[in-house]
Amino acid sequence: MSDVTLLPPAAGGDPGDPDSTTASAAASTDTKADPGTVGQWRMMWRRFRRHRLAMTAAVVLGMIYFVAIFAEFLAPYSPSTRFDDLQYAPPQLIRPVDTSDGFAIGLFAHGYEVTTNEETQRRTVSIDESVTAELGFFVKGEEYELFGLIPWDRHFIGPTDPDNPVFVLGTDRLGRDMLSRLVHGTRVSMSIGLVGVAASMVIGILIGGLSGYYGGAVDTAAQRLIEFIMCIPTLPLWMMLAASVPDDWGVLTKYFAITVILSVIGWTDLARVVRGRFLALREEDFVEAARLDNCGSLRIIRRYLLPSFSSHIIAALTLAIPAMILAETALSFLGLGMQAPAVSWGVLLQEAQNVRSLVSAPWLLIPGIAVVVAVLALNFVGDGLRDAADPYNTGGRRWRKRT
Amino acid sequence: MAETTLETRASGAEAAPPMAEGNLLEVRDLEMHFAERSGWLRRSRRVVRAVDGISFDVRAGETLGLVGESGCGKTTTGRCLVRTHAPTGGRLMYRGGDGREVDLAALPHRDLPDYRRQIRMIFQDPFSSLNPRMTVRDIIGEPLRVNGVARGAELDDRVADLLVRVGLRPQHRSRFPHAFSGGERQRIVIARALSLDPRLVIADEAVSALDVSVRAQILELMVTLQRERGLTYLFISHDLSVVEYLCDRVAVMYVGKVVELGPTEELFTRPQHPYTQALLAAVPQPDPTRRNILTQRPLEGEVADPADPPPGCHFHPRCPFARDICRTEEPALRPTADGRRVACHFAEELSLPGLAVDDDAAGLSDPEDT
Repeated sequence: MSDVTLLPPAAGGDPGDPDSTTASAAASTDTKADPGTVGQWRMMWRRFRRHRLAMTAAVVLGMIYFVAIFAEFLAPYSPSTRFDDLQYAPPQLIRPVDTSDGFAIGLFAHGYEVTTNEETQRRTVSIDESVTAELGFFVKGEEYELFGLIPWDRHFIGPTDPDNPVFVLGTDRLGRDMLSRLVHGTRVSMSIGLVGVAASMVIGILIGGLSGYYGGAVDTAAQRLIEFIMCIPTLPLWMMLAASVPDDWGVLTKYFAITVILSVIGWTDLARVVRGRFLALREEDFVEAARLDNCGSLRIIRRYLLPSFSSHIIAALTLAIPAMILAETALSFLGLGMQAPAVSWGVLLQEAQNVRSLVSAPWLLIPGIAVVVAVLALNFVGDGLRDAADPYNTGGRRWRKRT
Repeated sequence: MAETTLETRASGAEAAPPMAEGNLLEVRDLEMHFAERSGWLRRSRRVVRAVDGISFDVRAGETLGLVGESGCGKTTTGRCLVRTHAPTGGRLMYRGGDGREVDLAALPHRDLPDYRRQIRMIFQDPFSSLNPRMTVRDIIGEPLRVNGVARGAELDDRVADLLVRVGLRPQHRSRFPHAFSGGERQRIVIARALSLDPRLVIADEAVSALDVSVRAQILELMVTLQRERGLTYLFISHDLSVVEYLCDRVAVMYVGKVVELGPTEELFTRPQHPYTQALLAAVPQPDPTRRNILTQRPLEGEVADPADPPPGCHFHPRCPFARDICRTEEPALRPTADGRRVACHFAEELSLPGLAVDDDAAGLSDPEDT
């Protein structure tokens, strides 16, 4: 303590002068400006903001989820629109200036031409540099319903002339726009992580909490169960469970079935985190003090234990989402997860499974880049949150135990 | 390694003798044994006798010190009194606010809340005993709220009043604990302990975690509050200079047993148990002119393992005066000529040097002087 008041202290009858700088420094009665009243969430936010990589990743992540929410609006076409002539069309380069017909500024791409090989009868799509297709913002296109409610036909970006389509990321085997499919796939891929993690959070906190709070036989039983689940190889188990999902289930039902399958296995790590925190906190003096204050178990859990590690849980959850996304991608890639007509990054990557199409259309691998970016962003944000949630990472704040 | 209480004690059905007049608490043969299980399928069992049959009285309004080395069972004793541990044996007779005499050791769980309001605890570490996620207002108000004593504006007023009493500014009640220094935090802990108007306060190493300067202020505060509110303290400490300053009587514990019990001044000036004397010899002397009064070497060896104490007197392996009888026969805690209690076969024969008691011996000023 920096506040050494030398002996003898104030007279016995007057316990008045507290022994610290904070009290004397904060002579003002204005509690609004008092740094001591800053709660844990604001402190955590301050520390998180200082973490540059995590902040950048958070912005990227925000953009990805924005794309997921406004997929119909942001994509030029619907994910199932087929351009029958333009299969495996290569990606287009967007130029800001067009000189083919004088000088114009805007967004321009070339058109496509289809040539048929006389001998093999195979058609190839190539870029026709003589044609200029102009892109525009807020163009009229296919009709859709935003959030499934608001009917609209405007798209954020798209060719101004519907007869002259532009595929920024090319098309697939059936002539569907990869960009549109990627944008729509974001929704399933990014939300399955959230929903799955939410489900495993419920199971994890419940079982981990019971295990840690009661200890003893409950703890032993829960730990053996977790170990049992953890030692089953996950991929075969997922495959078995996913294969047992009936084929006639709708897209939405199947989506939830996959989510449940992922979280049935995914809760174990979280349960361990929760249990560990409970075990540690149970022995803390302030929990003991609460018990001596006659607080009941529920009140102790709600007011003392949970607030003390909610920040850790959030960090653990964020770090658990990428695993879920990867698991869904893996399952879908193997054809056991989401299936057409549903679109997810895993479903898109399934297209890139055969070598022939990979050689002739390498742009089919682009969804893989999306997966990498999303998973990295989530991991960085998770790391940042974890560091921010750690009160010992404050760099000289008055938090550290200093006696 | 799991610690479980050995067995639930037999309910205190047998009628307890009435408590002596003026006693707030009578501890009789208190035992707290922990069964430590280890090994394959937890087959092997070791019994740790943390507290092994101790008896003492706490008189209303006094401060009783409980001293001893780490691991001697003094903290466990305190924890038994607030029933964090359910004792495995003995009686804890307590005279409640309504004059009824209750055995706390046999009290069923549903009756505990009532006594936990009367017997409160001050913790050692002011950093871990305050919930970092709660404001000072909530921390001090929690016992009031949970026990239905006050709510709303009244609760606010009482918290403000308690803060003033312990020497903190009421304006700071919306702060979180991390904004306070160690001494201030300990004041908050004291305010929480006092919020329910307790009769007995158990202070477990209440000032050990504090700087020496702050320590003196907290002790002053405790003395003041005791006078204002007629509190009774059970002061658990390993720091003899603090005990000497604060306590009216002192009980010295060694490996789960009380080895000497008596008024502070007598015990400090004329210790009758070699262990007490060894503890006194280890007190650092700030005054160089008195430094050589105790020429004895410090204690050798380790504190005995409470799971496997030596036969006879537990202290004999470290005692410079040990004879054959000490190795075979365990001395009982018996009254000596001057009314103190000592557990040593040779209490009368030994003439042990003590501290030359002076109020300033520990560098603490007596409140009476100022």
